[in-house]
Amino acid sequence: MMSSWQVIVDAMPLLLQGLWITVKIVVISLLIAFAIGLITGLMNTSSNKILKFIATLYIDIIRGTPLLVQVFFIYFALPAFLDIRIPAETAGIIAISANAGAYIAEIFRAGISSIDKGQREAARSLGLSQVQTMRLVILPQAFRRMIPAFVNQCTISIKDTSLLSVIGIKELTQSGEIIISTNYRAFEIWGTVGVLYFIIIYGISRLSRVLERRLSLK
Amino acid sequence: MIIVEGLQKKFGDNEVLRDISTTITEKEVVCIIGPSGSGKSTFLRCLNLLEEVTAGVVKIGEVTVTAPKTNIDKLRQNVGMVFQQFNLFPHLTVLENIMLAPKHIKKASKAENEKQALALLDKVGLAAKKDEYPARLSGGQQQRVAIARALAMNPRVMLFDEPTSALDPEMVGEVLQVMKDLAHEGITMVVVTHEMGFAREVADRVIFMDGGYIVEQGSPAAIFDAPQHERTQAFLSKVL
Repeated sequence: MMSSWQVIVDAMPLLLQGLWITVKIVVISLLIAFAIGLITGLMNTSSNKILKFIATLYIDIIRGTPLLVQVFFIYFALPAFLDIRIPAETAGIIAISANAGAYIAEIFRAGISSIDKGQREAARSLGLSQVQTMRLVILPQAFRRMIPAFVNQCTISIKDTSLLSVIGIKELTQSGEIIISTNYRAFEIWGTVGVLYFIIIYGISRLSRVLERRLSLK
Repeated sequence: MIIVEGLQKKFGDNEVLRDISTTITEKEVVCIIGPSGSGKSTFLRCLNLLEEVTAGVVKIGEVTVTAPKTNIDKLRQNVGMVFQQFNLFPHLTVLENIMLAPKHIKKASKAENEKQALALLDKVGLAAKKDEYPARLSGGQQQRVAIARALAMNPRVMLFDEPTSALDPEMVGEVLQVMKDLAHEGITMVVVTHEMGFAREVADRVIFMDGGYIVEQGSPAAIFDAPQHERTQAFLSKVL
């Protein structure tokens, strides 16, 4: 029987390929999710009732349903209903973006409403418009407060991508399964898969702490 | 300069301003005094529409502030405001705080903007603090920066909302001194204050408010030495 190390070394190229797809999906999804979150978060804090309703509805639907169901819905139900074809990876990115977007919207809303209303009043009384006030005064302060919550959402989204193995995307978890189905070495492979996830997530947590310290207000 | 007619403000069922009419002329320094809850801060905040007005008319210069089509951002550029809590932007340095509005509204050139900001800082005696962040300054220093920031748009009117109420006693003087200098330069000022000494010395006119009305107004001597209304007398007997 092959040694455990040999199993891991042999599996590494395929696992790293999986890891690459995981990272790619996460990065693209989080960029989209950040935009969705910013827009939805602003809609949610606006005084326009219709915008607010749409934002709340979206957030409630995402929060009220499991991610796995969302993935199935986007990959199987939507294409059947609309009579189109969505590649698995695209469906995965849509699902993760839509999901993380809703949670990031809430992070934005909380960040924006945590800024003292005197800041808004001071900016507006100088003659800055509503948009300028948001962009120059409120958001730069809100961003700093959002970093820990945003990093938390990143780590959750990274782990969520493992669910995409169910629609056949060859991300890290799916790669592990494929390897095990040929060599039956569950301990070594799942162990390695776990370590790879951990390295990425731990690295991001460390990075965020540095970022937080750099950006903290003197 | 400022004309207020029949101004009313309600928060839900709570009538804070009942019927305010007054005229403030160019270069006049008006101090508004009165017990807390009398509506004096709300009155001030109605002048630049930080509070929505329930009824009545406010005009500043030629602009009817309360008209629905008024460009309120444009108007506010002519009306500087200083707050009780300073409200400096904590993510910007002192200099950046002052330069923010001219940079983004007037599109002032950086050199010119910086020159003006430094001149203003010099005026409030804080040129040495230009690169500090607000959190590193004392309350009195922060408030002086806030005054410089409000002046950066060259406003025609300055509104002060209890500018010294959040300060430690030993810092009140430095802020009042800056305000005195401004008054002597001839800028139109409306000051809500509990500093009776300042009102007596600097104001051209003192307005006493209570219960959402202007109860009495007149020269500092008239109000402080010979108040006519019994509510004015009762208030002054407590604070003087």
